[in-house]
Amino acid sequence: MSSNRSLEPSALSLNDLPWQVKFSNDRCTLCGQCTAVCPVKAIELGVFRKRTLKPSIRRQADQGVAQDVFYGIRQKTDVAHACIGCAMCTLVCPNDAIHPEKNPGLDRMKFHINQQGVPRRRGGRRNAAGSILDRIKFTRISMLTDPALDAGRHEFEMRTLLGRVLSPRENMKRLKENGWIPPVREIYPLIIGGMSFGALSPTMWEGLQMGVAYLNEEMGMPVRMCTGEGGCPPRLLRSRFLKYVILQIASGYFGWDEIIHAIPHMKEDPCAIEIKYGQGAKPGDGGLLMWHKVNKLIAAIRGVPAGVSLPSPPTHQTQYSIEESVAKMILSMSMAWGFRVPVYPKISASSTSLAVLNNLTRNDYASGLAIDGEDGGTGAAYTVSMDHMGHPIASCIRDNYLNLIKIGKQNEIPIFAGGGIGKNGNLAANAAALIMLGASGVQIGKYVMQAAAGCVGTEEDRCNVCNVGICPKGITSQDPRLYRRLDPEDVAERVVDLFVSFDTELKKIVAPLGRSTSLPIGMSDALGIDDVAAAQRLSIKYVV
Amino acid sequence: MCRLFALTSRDPVSPMLAIKALDVMKEGHDGSGMGLLLQDLGGPFEEMKEAPILSGIFSEEGIRRLDLFMMDLGFLTKYKISLKVPKKPVEGIPRRDLYLIRAYELPEDWDSLSKDDMAVRLSDIRLKIREMGEEKKDMMVFSFWPDTIMIKEIGDPLLLAGYLGLDRKELKARIIMAQGRQNTNYAIDLYACHPFFIKGYSTMTNGENTAFIPIRDFLTSRGIAAYTGYQSDSEVFAHILHYSLVELGLGIDGYKHVITPLQERDLAVHPNAGFLSHLKRTCRSLIIDGPNCVIGTLPDHSLFMVQDRKKLRPGVVGGKPGLYGFSSEICGLDAVIPDRDKSRDIQPMHLDTAIVGPDRQEVTICRQTEALNLPL
Repeated sequence: MSSNRSLEPSALSLNDLPWQVKFSNDRCTLCGQCTAVCPVKAIELGVFRKRTLKPSIRRQADQGVAQDVFYGIRQKTDVAHACIGCAMCTLVCPNDAIHPEKNPGLDRMKFHINQQGVPRRRGGRRNAAGSILDRIKFTRISMLTDPALDAGRHEFEMRTLLGRVLSPRENMKRLKENGWIPPVREIYPLIIGGMSFGALSPTMWEGLQMGVAYLNEEMGMPVRMCTGEGGCPPRLLRSRFLKYVILQIASGYFGWDEIIHAIPHMKEDPCAIEIKYGQGAKPGDGGLLMWHKVNKLIAAIRGVPAGVSLPSPPTHQTQYSIEESVAKMILSMSMAWGFRVPVYPKISASSTSLAVLNNLTRNDYASGLAIDGEDGGTGAAYTVSMDHMGHPIASCIRDNYLNLIKIGKQNEIPIFAGGGIGKNGNLAANAAALIMLGASGVQIGKYVMQAAAGCVGTEEDRCNVCNVGICPKGITSQDPRLYRRLDPEDVAERVVDLFVSFDTELKKIVAPLGRSTSLPIGMSDALGIDDVAAAQRLSIKYVV
Repeated sequence: MCRLFALTSRDPVSPMLAIKALDVMKEGHDGSGMGLLLQDLGGPFEEMKEAPILSGIFSEEGIRRLDLFMMDLGFLTKYKISLKVPKKPVEGIPRRDLYLIRAYELPEDWDSLSKDDMAVRLSDIRLKIREMGEEKKDMMVFSFWPDTIMIKEIGDPLLLAGYLGLDRKELKARIIMAQGRQNTNYAIDLYACHPFFIKGYSTMTNGENTAFIPIRDFLTSRGIAAYTGYQSDSEVFAHILHYSLVELGLGIDGYKHVITPLQERDLAVHPNAGFLSHLKRTCRSLIIDGPNCVIGTLPDHSLFMVQDRKKLRPGVVGGKPGLYGFSSEICGLDAVIPDRDKSRDIQPMHLDTAIVGPDRQEVTICRQTEALNLPL
């Protein structure tokens, strides 16, 4: 470019990008694997010209200028093709010749990612590495009495209840009078949370389902998985594995036609029905499945045309208010399965959570409340929603639990926490902290993708292209060329690994606290944190 | 770890018997306090089984306030024992003005009250006195109930017995529960001393109750005024007993199913599986997570002992018709009832509830895997 020509506003240099591809010409064999695998086409084969001066001290000697040409990898600098740091290039390079590096300074691309007036949408996570859950310590160590528990040898009953548990007196009364008693499921406290049907690739979905079935049938762990919005494959609806599945109905009602039609053919009841209102990572916003992923199969199961974006409204649009919605939908869903299946809503963590919870406590058919905090991942959302909206899960769960204690219903409506559990890899510690703050169990989505399928996303804006169907690992893509990279058997194996090791870690936490026969829900005396304000806010101990 | 000794006897006996057992078991407690419950009283109290007895510790000012308060309610003193303490202070025992054991004549307008109403009123009065005492630190009341005396103090049990002169003929009972206390997780507080008492139900415990906070939260949110206090992690045991038997209408065999429900595989083959899984679910927050040994007494003067499955060194029950002892260590039992048939001693394991009924003729073992007396 000549020096007097005007520069485009969005002409970025490599230094303006969040991720920079470092390439070593010495090692490259020009095999082309890196450019082929790059999901955003951030790199291409480049031809570089090198001018070499050859000076000499002798006058007539061969002084001069040589021109060389060599081939290498060039990184594109336009916004659409900016490197996302997924490092798939590193993964496939036979010679370790290439890797992306995070720009240590503030990247300037942030100012330009609203091309054509569309603010940035991305999949993935909130990109905030800090977590209050990671700072909570378990301080109440039971050492004084006999015998200390041994996590490896002792028997533990780490189960939780999903469903409306009546008060002991009311339950007794209804037993005497042969009254209706709400259905309750005894499940494992770590649930695979709802990830929309169509957001995950078929191989990922199949892998998760297989893993869950194995955990239940071979390992004796009653693990449950939520389908997310978008329906459920008809074969699964009619199979005996349905009992391990929580069916989600969200505000877009996608896929529900299929589910309703399958009811007469169901051999088993589903574990529960989750009614989704908004989601942690984007509270007040609905779900969004972008057109890239709506292929023929997904469209058929969801009951929509193929190739169109599918936004769900924040709340169920057929109903006037959330109160009405909660009451009516819970009742109609309960009725659809003859009042044999627990039905509960899932909402975003917010100050409204308390209102919803209060509402539920007065509803005999409400079986629980799932709350998703601001750190929840998502398949697609606007950056601004993801980064700047939402309420942290820890204080929300605590407020809700303490509120239940106030009205004496703390064991009657189980609260399930989601959003950022294990975001820095500390799954068992985060889950145990939330349980001791009052959650009956926790839901994970992002973590399971990272642990069971090798999702490369991090809390530093790495990858995060789940929304456009180009997931380099094939986890969130509907493109067979991509999702064939993922073997469902391998995913299933990793799901099992993940749950079994979580179980061991959970025991390693609860055993020193002296708990083995019941999940330590609300055992807040075990918790401490080195921050006065946080301790006060969560009503736990301040320890330094 | 605390040491516990309880006895149930056909003839009234002195609390010194139980205190002797505590002294024998001294290696196991640090002597930081003693709690004593006397029920089914003998001596002068034999003649006034219906009269509520107030027991507690008062300052001079406190006793004056108490008298005014009780007179206002229409209570008249019927009989009293004031434990006079020696002038010379004893190291390790705090100086108090007055240890009071006073039986009251019920107000006339109480005659028409049902037993339940009377229980609520008595309990409310005890709570009110406790509350008044907490304001000015001049009254500490442990029980206000017919046929019941409670004494608690900080110090070594044997030393305390001599100091308080417990070896006196007016102080005799058929049920005695005593605890030599080791202070573990909480600061020394007189109210944290076992046994704990609520409306005729009383328990004492050794071990550690790691599920204390959720259980306390459950109980305090039931809307029952007497479910309060909780200076100790074990105080909840007495209240769970009351909740199970009174509020849920279970028998004593059901208590164990509330605090230590069967594990899934045992539950599935239990004759009352359906009922018990409902009980386990709804009373989930009352599950204790020990190790714990609980010894308790019921209003009908039965004495019982249970352990949870973590308690690897269970307590022991033994004796002879007419006199049975419940002890956390065999040596305690040996000291009190040496002439019993030791081959019939029972160490109840994690599924058992050992009960000696009010006739004091035998130890009944109620196994958790057996059918229970359903309240349905």
